[in-house]
Amino acid sequence: MSSLAELAQAVFQGDFRGSSVITQQLIDSGVTPMEIINQGLLAGMDIVAPKFKAGEMFVPEVMMSARALSEGMKLVKPLISDEDASKAATIVIGTVQGDLHDIGKNLVVMLLESGGFNVIDLGVDVAPDKFVAAIKEHSPKFVGLSALLTTTMMAMKETIDAIKEAGLRDQVTIMVGGAPLSQEFADQIGADVYCLDAVAAKEAAAGIVANAAR
Amino acid sequence: MLIVGELINTSRKAIGEAVDKKDANYIQKVAIEQKEAGADYLDVNCGTKVFNEVETMEWLVNTVQEVVQIPLCIDSPDPKVLEAGLALCKYGRSMINSISGEQKRFEAVLPLISKYNAKVVALCMDDQGMPETSGDRMRVVKSLYSNLSAAGILDEDMYFDPLFKPVSSVQTAGTEVLETIKLIKEDYPNVHFMCGLSNVSYGLPNRKILNRLFVVQTMTLGMDGYVLNPTDKAMMGTIYASTVLLGQDEYCMGYIAAHRNGLYEA
Repeated sequence: MSSLAELAQAVFQGDFRGSSVITQQLIDSGVTPMEIINQGLLAGMDIVAPKFKAGEMFVPEVMMSARALSEGMKLVKPLISDEDASKAATIVIGTVQGDLHDIGKNLVVMLLESGGFNVIDLGVDVAPDKFVAAIKEHSPKFVGLSALLTTTMMAMKETIDAIKEAGLRDQVTIMVGGAPLSQEFADQIGADVYCLDAVAAKEAAAGIVANAAR
Repeated sequence: MLIVGELINTSRKAIGEAVDKKDANYIQKVAIEQKEAGADYLDVNCGTKVFNEVETMEWLVNTVQEVVQIPLCIDSPDPKVLEAGLALCKYGRSMINSISGEQKRFEAVLPLISKYNAKVVALCMDDQGMPETSGDRMRVVKSLYSNLSAAGILDEDMYFDPLFKPVSSVQTAGTEVLETIKLIKEDYPNVHFMCGLSNVSYGLPNRKILNRLFVVQTMTLGMDGYVLNPTDKAMMGTIYASTVLLGQDEYCMGYIAAHRNGLYEA
């Protein structure tokens, strides 16, 4: 009979079959869905994050762990009570106008989705008014903006300005990321969080949600 | 084989800081080192200076040209910055990095090519987004080639960039490129190639090894231009060796000279 610790290890090792098997065993033996998610699945991802930051684990391994997390989530999610399910934080994310790059953004989507976030992915080359419309439609807690070009970094500023003009700025936490960005730039354009990479984005979002729950 | 030295890029910490402090000496040192290491062109990229990219480009071009007299590769997605740099270039034929099939970008950059009699790096992407297969890329190549030719640009002044993606995130990143090179060589035998080599190893350890090996793999298919760090001796040594093995080094003289110049010493 496997334990939550073994599930965490399976996620950390990127063992998606193991993750699936152990998750089912835990469900069958009566462990609550929230315990499985928090102490098994997400706990596994928590081992990955600092190792990735320290340069001991690499992008493909993060992707494998995200997949293991996802396979477990698939089994547990249907069992979550409506009350708990409604607590899943929503993020509207996209690559800003004029920019077609999406590899980094897709990594963020993968990590957040597998971590239980409700992700609305607007794709690439997303105009400011499309972000505004999505915020109105989905009432997200977070808005994620991605850009890889220096010419399109300014589209981030335009997007944030459009969100302010629509009177929606205070409702959302704006996270920005992309290779040419910096903390300095994020501050200059009025973003809330600068994310160095996909793992940092996931950590920041999860941290904010955890703090809000206290 | 065209080597474009990549080091003068403000996203590199030391260069960014030198630009902020207006430390011309440091920039010039890096320019001279690259030229002496065998760069044919020097890439100049100050894209991270978002709020004053034009002035920074002008300062960099002037600073570099005080000490080296080789042509420059002006690197920016912003046509205003391209023009600012090109207008100040004095030596040889400049290179524009880059044009693409994205409509607005194509229309804005095209006139600069003939105005400054420049060579041009053409990215194999358009408004439909990042190409996923070699087929996607060839669709763009066909259209770009046709539009550039119609504007009077010669085959030998076109440098197609097959778009290197990180293999850590996209498993087919390498094979997509190799296939694209093969197809471009079949349909457009007189055009050249260029690429941002180090993208391919992003996110993996031992990037230098991956970069070196990908140079060999792509050279074998016919790639003949790279934006890379020419002061990386192991990389340059690999290129000379690969050139000889592909029968492109008459009497092996390039390789032998590199050896005598100590390129292969530990």
